[in-house]
Amino acid sequence: MSYETVIGLEVHVELKTNSKIFCGCSTEFGAPPNTHTCPVCLGHPGVLPVLNQQAVDFAMKAAMAINCDIAEVTKFDRKNYFYPDNPKAYQISQFDQPIGENGWIDIEVNGEKKRIGITRLHLEEDAGKLTHVEGQGHSLVDYNRVGTPLVEIVSEPDIRTPEEAYAYLEKLKAIMQYTEVSDCKMEEGSLRCDANISIRPSGQKEFGTKTELKNLNSFAHVQKGLEFEEKRQEEELENGGEILQETRRWDDSAKETILMRVKEGSDDYRYFPDPDLVNLYIDEDWKKRIKETIPELPDARMERYVEEHELPAYDAAVLTQQKAMSDFFERGLDAGAPAKPLSNWLMGEVNGYMNQEGKEIEDLPITPEALASMIHMIDKGTISSKIAKTVFKELVENGGDPEKIVEDKGLVQISDEGEIRGMVNEALDNNPQSVEDYQNGKGKAIGFLVGQVMKASKGKANPQLVNELLKEELDKR
Amino acid sequence: MERISKENIRHVAELARLELKEEEIAHFGEQLDKIILAAEELNELNTDNVEATSHVVDVRNVMRRDEVKESLSREDALKNAPDEDEGQVRVPSVLD
Amino acid sequence: MTAFTLSLKELHDQLHSGETTVTALTEQALGRIDDVDEALGAFLRVDRETALQRAEKLDQELKDGTKQAEEVLFGLPVGIKDNIVTKGLTTTCASRLLENFDPVHDAHVVEQLRDAGTVTVGKLNMDEFAMGSSNENSGYKTVRNPWNLDHVPGGSSGGSAASVAAGEVPFSLGSDTGGSIRQPAAYCGVVGLKPTYGRVSRFGLVAFASSLDQIGPLTRSVEDNAYVLQQIAGHDERDSTSVDIEVPDYLKALTGDIKGLKIGVPKEYLSEGVSEGVRAQVQAALDKLKELGAEYEEVSLPHSKYALATYYLLASSEASANLARFDGIRYGVRHEEDNLLDTYKKSRSEGFGDEVKRRIMLGTFALSSGYYDAYYKKAQKVRTLIKQDFEDLFLDYDVIIGPTAPTTAFKIGDQLDDPLTMYANDILTIPVNLAGVPAISVPCGLSDGLPVGLQIIGQHFDEATVFRVAHAYEKAAGHEEEVPVFKGGTHS
Repeated sequence: MSYETVIGLEVHVELKTNSKIFCGCSTEFGAPPNTHTCPVCLGHPGVLPVLNQQAVDFAMKAAMAINCDIAEVTKFDRKNYFYPDNPKAYQISQFDQPIGENGWIDIEVNGEKKRIGITRLHLEEDAGKLTHVEGQGHSLVDYNRVGTPLVEIVSEPDIRTPEEAYAYLEKLKAIMQYTEVSDCKMEEGSLRCDANISIRPSGQKEFGTKTELKNLNSFAHVQKGLEFEEKRQEEELENGGEILQETRRWDDSAKETILMRVKEGSDDYRYFPDPDLVNLYIDEDWKKRIKETIPELPDARMERYVEEHELPAYDAAVLTQQKAMSDFFERGLDAGAPAKPLSNWLMGEVNGYMNQEGKEIEDLPITPEALASMIHMIDKGTISSKIAKTVFKELVENGGDPEKIVEDKGLVQISDEGEIRGMVNEALDNNPQSVEDYQNGKGKAIGFLVGQVMKASKGKANPQLVNELLKEELDKR
Repeated sequence: MERISKENIRHVAELARLELKEEEIAHFGEQLDKIILAAEELNELNTDNVEATSHVVDVRNVMRRDEVKESLSREDALKNAPDEDEGQVRVPSVLD
Repeated sequence: MTAFTLSLKELHDQLHSGETTVTALTEQALGRIDDVDEALGAFLRVDRETALQRAEKLDQELKDGTKQAEEVLFGLPVGIKDNIVTKGLTTTCASRLLENFDPVHDAHVVEQLRDAGTVTVGKLNMDEFAMGSSNENSGYKTVRNPWNLDHVPGGSSGGSAASVAAGEVPFSLGSDTGGSIRQPAAYCGVVGLKPTYGRVSRFGLVAFASSLDQIGPLTRSVEDNAYVLQQIAGHDERDSTSVDIEVPDYLKALTGDIKGLKIGVPKEYLSEGVSEGVRAQVQAALDKLKELGAEYEEVSLPHSKYALATYYLLASSEASANLARFDGIRYGVRHEEDNLLDTYKKSRSEGFGDEVKRRIMLGTFALSSGYYDAYYKKAQKVRTLIKQDFEDLFLDYDVIIGPTAPTTAFKIGDQLDDPLTMYANDILTIPVNLAGVPAISVPCGLSDGLPVGLQIIGQHFDEATVFRVAHAYEKAAGHEEEVPVFKGGTHS
């Protein structure tokens, strides 16, 4: 029997406000445990929450960027559950009137475009961090993270393959980064994802029983976890088994999903409107003010790169996937670099270096202006492409001005005909066998001779000129 | 008629993280039943077109600026904690 | 030590004329507490040393004539209900669970009082987490009524009312969720005000039912009450529900003139549940008001019979969430078991008293899946109807008047067994909280030797009119002369 997979994703994105959503404590990541807390976020008796306007603005901006309808009236509710990382034993969240609803984003997989629906985007507070101490029978709680503003973005069950899930996450992350509401660092927990997956016989309308996947620490894990789960569920059904509504986690070392718990009925969170927070009425002015802060988003940029800068669609897609990369590209263009060579350098050497070093483009000392200037020098013939690699290495490792690097290191291309002709004749004199080979019709020999001249010039000779002069001098002999 | 069964009482107690002895379950059950019965008088009223009141005074859009204020010292943050270790609150392990 | 009998203004004048000192007043309060509180049980904690240190410092300021010393409340001793947090002074809400809780900050009202130069002498007893109408639900001890030690002082601010009635302090703060200031004020023969919801910041008030709770003053006169509200009222950005509107000069409202005032008297407030003695005193008070030039008419609050059920569903639901944080993890008393779930259950079951558990159970039930619409949501809708009842009446009337409680203070132990009977004590005060309007209880004579309270209800944010009417009545009625015969310590 063939099956169809149905996937829905719940993504939590931490908003990069300075202070927490309901108190003035800092949201900075990585502080020593329990140094960013106050009576409000610790849930001491008698305290009250006061909403951070920036958190609402960011949530609205994020909701607009994923095409949600913005609520006219939105409110906060208490979600009741006991856990040591949840100090009030209720989380302030949004239940039936989220800030955004009915949105969508477009993804592309294997050249095919697809629209994924967004059910809702709501604002809530993050929990603290609970660390289990192995073998000690206890856990430790750090409350620094409590109250960091989060948006939860829930997709419609529109996703059909793990690959689509991956593409959805990439696109969602890009949008969140473009709008600058979050830095989306999965390793710091500022972007987290849970996945719901079920399968059903092809053609069946009703959804199958879903399992929930947790502990997905990267997009690759999401994809792998879903692939595993897809197969597991299929095998289960094929063997006459039954899918249970359960929560499973991805174990990346074992490359499998592991059962955490079977859900019995639905959780009873006893949501009710938080009496301590008043309703928010969002009028047109407020919406307009936020709308105006939304920058050009990845899809629009991609289109512009193809149409205005005549980049291949592939280049445009790669360049716009990360905001930082795309911004780098934009600044390179502003500094006068031609689009395609700039794109080639970014997608080739720059990307290669980033992957090799595990660094983000914003962490590299090279500036877009420097890269543009280097490309300009290649165009002008000041340096050869080969020399450019040396210059690039210096730029990407230590930064600086390419013109100064070329000058300091004496890397300027030799285009003086007399000087090169001298080097050519020297090479011919030293390699009579190659000259003979050439004269016997072995065209290949010229390559070797070019190499000899370039070596003698320490790579600085203008390769085109070397070629021309070599032929001239060979013909003379 | 019993509005709340013992089973129901146990479930509610579990949700509320209260441990009730058998006699308490019976006692509370009886009292809650009476209160719920009284509460059901509200059904005499037709409230189909009535808005729910969550806030009795109409205050809207109260927000503060995104400014960082000083946090508590770790000492103050943990001073009431029944058990602590390494600057964190120590709790018994979670059993699912 | 003698009881406080002078008004706040008189005490203020004595301080400024040098007839007394802050230290002397503080010592008077501490001495009076020493004399009577063992029998009364109004205070859970007395902070003698800090109070005397502060008094000394304030005496110096008085000598120096600092700006603060001009405040009417300057140098006066005060008792604070134990659900209002005080930095460095243990705050338990009369619960065993918070036996050792040491707040790291002050409540907004405590800051306001401190700014005025008051001296906190201690924390006042109450029903645990403000849940109760008799003070018998304190996790520590029962407060007794200064008028008759066999009777309850009312609740939940029983300690706040009893301490003022017995002259231990010139004034105190309480909190009112369903009548918790007004009912004990009525039972103890003092003046107690529940301000409009949003008038006084709740920051630092340990929440029972957040949409109903308000802090208010308990005093021996209406004028005293106005002085205290003046100091604690106003917007606080730490409480989103505190309203940012001007606080009028309440003292100026005390003109004594109520000619032409229109009073509505809800027939539901004088129905068969109200005792003969209470009804007679309230009727006498209405006649007195009429003599002063006011007019009264019988009116109706048609939905008030639904108020009690509405209140218990809403207040308990909110409480079930508000009290969830008391889990023995970050503060309070933890009863540690070998796993988390059992630790939660043990800490909460050992820490909370029966009434608190009952309300948490009711609230959890009302919010639980499948019941939310039938109970919680329904109650919120009925709340709207109750609120509209008041709005309708205030189109035609300046104030609404009735008794504060259906009876005078009952005997300790009399109503413990049946929560519904106990809850009925609040039947006349609860609608006010549901509507969010302000109301005062002012003494209006005795019935069988126990005080009766007259409840005057005003429009949203119109405490000024409430004070004006209460003050005019108080002056004309002359009940100030009625004080408890309580001699402290001599009663068994």
